[in-house]
Amino acid sequence: MHGRPRRPAKPEDDEAASAKAAKLRDLQAQVLHNHHARTYTKESIGLSFKLLETNPEAYTAWNYRKLALQHNVKELSDPQAIKSAIDDELRVAEVALRQNPKSYGAWYHRKWLLNQKLAPVDFKYELGLLDKLLKVDARNFHGWNYRRFLARFMGLPDDEELKYTMDKISDNFSNYSAWHNRSILLSNLLIQQSKGFESKQKIFSEEFELVTQALFTDPSDQSGWFYHLWLLAQTSSPDNPQLIASWPSNAAKLSFSFIKEKAEQHTLSSVWSRTVPIVLYFNEPVKGLNHSSVNLKSDLEFGKDIQWRPLTMADSGYSKCWATYLQITNECSSLQEYSVEMSIPCSDDIVSRSGSNYNCPVHFTFYIELISNNAAQGLDTFDKPVAWNCSDSFQSHGNRDPIPLDLLNITSALVEHDSDWHFERLSEEIDLFRELADDNSKFGKLTLARLLLACAAIKSRGRSLIERKGYCEEALGLFTDLIHLDPSHKQYYEDERSLALMDKLTCDMETFTKHCSVQVQPNSAPLHHVQFRRLSVTRIGFAERLLWVQMLDLSHNSLRSVEGLEALQRLVFLNISNNQISSFTALEPLTKIISLKVLDLSFNEIGAHSIDTARYICPSPFSHKTEASEAFEEYQEVNNINVTEYWDAILFFRSLKLAQLDIRGNAVASKDGFRTLVVTLIPCLKWFDGEGVS
Amino acid sequence: MADEVELAADQHVRYIVTVEKKKDSFESLVMEHIRLNGAYWGLTTLDLLHKLHAVDAAEVVDWIMSCYHPESGGFGGNVGHDPHVLYTLSAVQVLCLFDRLDVLDVDKVADYVAGLQNKDGSFSGDIWGEVDTRFSYIALCTLSLLHRLHKIDVQKAVDFVVSCKNLDGGFGAMPGGESHAGQIFCCVGALAITGSLHHIDRDLLGWWLCERQCKDGGLNGRPEKLADVCYSWWVLSSLVMIDRVHWIDKEKLTKFILNCQDKENGGISDRPDNAVDIYHTYFGIAGAAFIPIPWHFYRLSLMEYPGVKPLDPAYALPLHVVNRIFLKK
Repeated sequence: MHGRPRRPAKPEDDEAASAKAAKLRDLQAQVLHNHHARTYTKESIGLSFKLLETNPEAYTAWNYRKLALQHNVKELSDPQAIKSAIDDELRVAEVALRQNPKSYGAWYHRKWLLNQKLAPVDFKYELGLLDKLLKVDARNFHGWNYRRFLARFMGLPDDEELKYTMDKISDNFSNYSAWHNRSILLSNLLIQQSKGFESKQKIFSEEFELVTQALFTDPSDQSGWFYHLWLLAQTSSPDNPQLIASWPSNAAKLSFSFIKEKAEQHTLSSVWSRTVPIVLYFNEPVKGLNHSSVNLKSDLEFGKDIQWRPLTMADSGYSKCWATYLQITNECSSLQEYSVEMSIPCSDDIVSRSGSNYNCPVHFTFYIELISNNAAQGLDTFDKPVAWNCSDSFQSHGNRDPIPLDLLNITSALVEHDSDWHFERLSEEIDLFRELADDNSKFGKLTLARLLLACAAIKSRGRSLIERKGYCEEALGLFTDLIHLDPSHKQYYEDERSLALMDKLTCDMETFTKHCSVQVQPNSAPLHHVQFRRLSVTRIGFAERLLWVQMLDLSHNSLRSVEGLEALQRLVFLNISNNQISSFTALEPLTKIISLKVLDLSFNEIGAHSIDTARYICPSPFSHKTEASEAFEEYQEVNNINVTEYWDAILFFRSLKLAQLDIRGNAVASKDGFRTLVVTLIPCLKWFDGEGVS
Repeated sequence: MADEVELAADQHVRYIVTVEKKKDSFESLVMEHIRLNGAYWGLTTLDLLHKLHAVDAAEVVDWIMSCYHPESGGFGGNVGHDPHVLYTLSAVQVLCLFDRLDVLDVDKVADYVAGLQNKDGSFSGDIWGEVDTRFSYIALCTLSLLHRLHKIDVQKAVDFVVSCKNLDGGFGAMPGGESHAGQIFCCVGALAITGSLHHIDRDLLGWWLCERQCKDGGLNGRPEKLADVCYSWWVLSSLVMIDRVHWIDKEKLTKFILNCQDKENGGISDRPDNAVDIYHTYFGIAGAAFIPIPWHFYRLSLMEYPGVKPLDPAYALPLHVVNRIFLKK
């Protein structure tokens, strides 16, 4: 029982308790009997009152009273008599609420009575009763729900209710329920943009002041924390979705050697083909990319029916990252350069989750050079297992082409008109929170870090990158402090820190190029390589700056997730060995990378945990999001695979076209039948844990 | 862990079996109308502790079916009580534990639940029309376990749950309702079961949830409230479903839960030194199932100390039961 002290029972207690129990048992039996017999006499209704007085949660007794009221009201015609019957019921509900102010049954009985609209409602009384109950417990969420119900029922305007929340907050800053209701009302009002309602800018400035005052009164009281975070999110993100990166980027010059299609090998005029992905990356999830919302103009030959695909795990239709694959089928004569013009005009098709449309038109062009090349495509032969260049100072390797810097160009989104205001507002908050952070206040430091990163994000829109780096560095220091200050939430701060670190490492050319190189593999064209080893990164951020990467080394970090990597549609080699990946479901984003050939998963924690925390993040039979069941049946019948044990491995490996896989050092790798399973699921696999697959 | 507190599994089993027999105490009577919920909590705990065989399956199934209302297709909380989705889910879950869904008229039960969906996609708890996101979860969970989700408009059900999302990333009982860990579990569970977790800002909700951990290691259900062991299930399972459970301190939480045990009589209470009840016994152990039990528990398990089976965070049933239902034809 909540809040009841544990103590040994005494004999006299036993006797009293059994008498009390006997009485309750009789009462419950009688009420149920009357309910089943449909007896609605005054006496039997009175018994149900007695029961609810003792036990307001006896839901069948509430049902019985509703039936009795419906039955008895039918006989009444005098409005006064009806009113008095309703009043009786309201009284019962009130008595029950005094006994248990959190009784679902009693609160609902009251709402149900009002909804019957059998008698005029005494709103003054209702609001007065509610006030009394909220005085006893200002956080009673049933009470607040009833307040919102009454406001709707009576047609109270939102700005009136906003004043009520202000009163409650003035009574006591530490009232999360009031802050919550305020956020609901305010966002309603903002959506309605009702007449006379002031500008968003003014409102948010006032709200910032209000909540900051509360936060400074007691920074450890959580009541205002989430309200402040909401205001921050509203202030730092643009109202409309924006394109923030693409591959290929503006003015990029790419050359591709064609692959001779096997089927056409013996015909006279050889047809050559090549798949070129185009990736568009937005600042927030959007939907509605199609051949009319995104214009593509080129003298290259590819199918006219361009399909844009959201690169996301769920089929929600919304994604930050969209891809299409051009199937270029030009007849190849000689070396030739083609241009591809892309433009995304303002569009009502492209909308964000909140319903804002795309309204910053972009136009860019990139160039593709086609090389007909009869030489064997060495990369696809995989005569030998590919070795990762493990040297930390791989920079010093000679004979490497410089990274084409144009690949690093980020399509700069249009700067918002009012971002100056955003920036000023955030700068003011930063000054304030520097004070709090100095006092070793956890919330002060965390908020300061968030403010700095929000400023950094605004800074990237056409402003100084050096300044951006400064913000990131200060935030990184704060996260380090927080890990010491609040060790219970260490991993939360580590995850947040990882994003700030990825930001810092990739936000300016000077830092970024230290991690970039061109790697030459035998028999293969040079590959653009990025190395982020031993950085204690726990998750991926800013994947939009890595869209061009073909070889990525993230080994020796603390990655638990690879979300974000699905955007890297050029990726061929991925090394995530020596991390903390704990399940195949956590690797699901990799199944979206169709170019991936070499994957090093060695020394992770796959199979070591009984609870899979990505089980519901990834589409599965449990979430009704996969046609897996049929596939499972097939594998079970044909290959005698244990589906219950390996369902996640089946879903992962069957979507990959790997030539090389390393999975040593994971618990799952030593399980019976696992090796056979992998080889069955990836027929094109040539190298498995360093050994050739026969 | 410094304090050598152990999970008193045998005492818990004894406690649950006794509660099943002690129907006549005042406390049991006050809870009489939710006995079917209690059966689900107790029996799931027994299964987690590898002790489901301590009860007579046939007897339990008979009793469950005596709470069934054949005319509506729903279950009451006890014999003679009115049908409601709250108890219908518990009945289905217990039958899943025993792999005895065969005793049900599955379509009739599914029709009862599906019939409670409203035009806006929400669900009423019973014929009287109370709407709450708890009932959305219950309806989706029940229908999913019965392989009958096609009987409802799933998209609308999801849309309603999403309309209850708040600016702190959490969910309330209805649109505009304040975020509460129990309600968040229901909404996250509903979205998990329907493959719709993309509607959640996992970092925002994850931060709200991980800040439920209080200084004493326990978890509360809303900001500025006391810790209570039952939230170790609501908060933990939600965090597991959105892949953010590493954001809390599991060791501290384990210690908090184990300190709530009544080691002499068995059972777990809401806070250290408070009286025990079966509700908290379930939630305490379910919480423990998520916490990779530290090494000394493994050592104990080698000395005839059985471990706790893993639990599915969305269906609130042992993982092996859920895997059987969805992976085996």
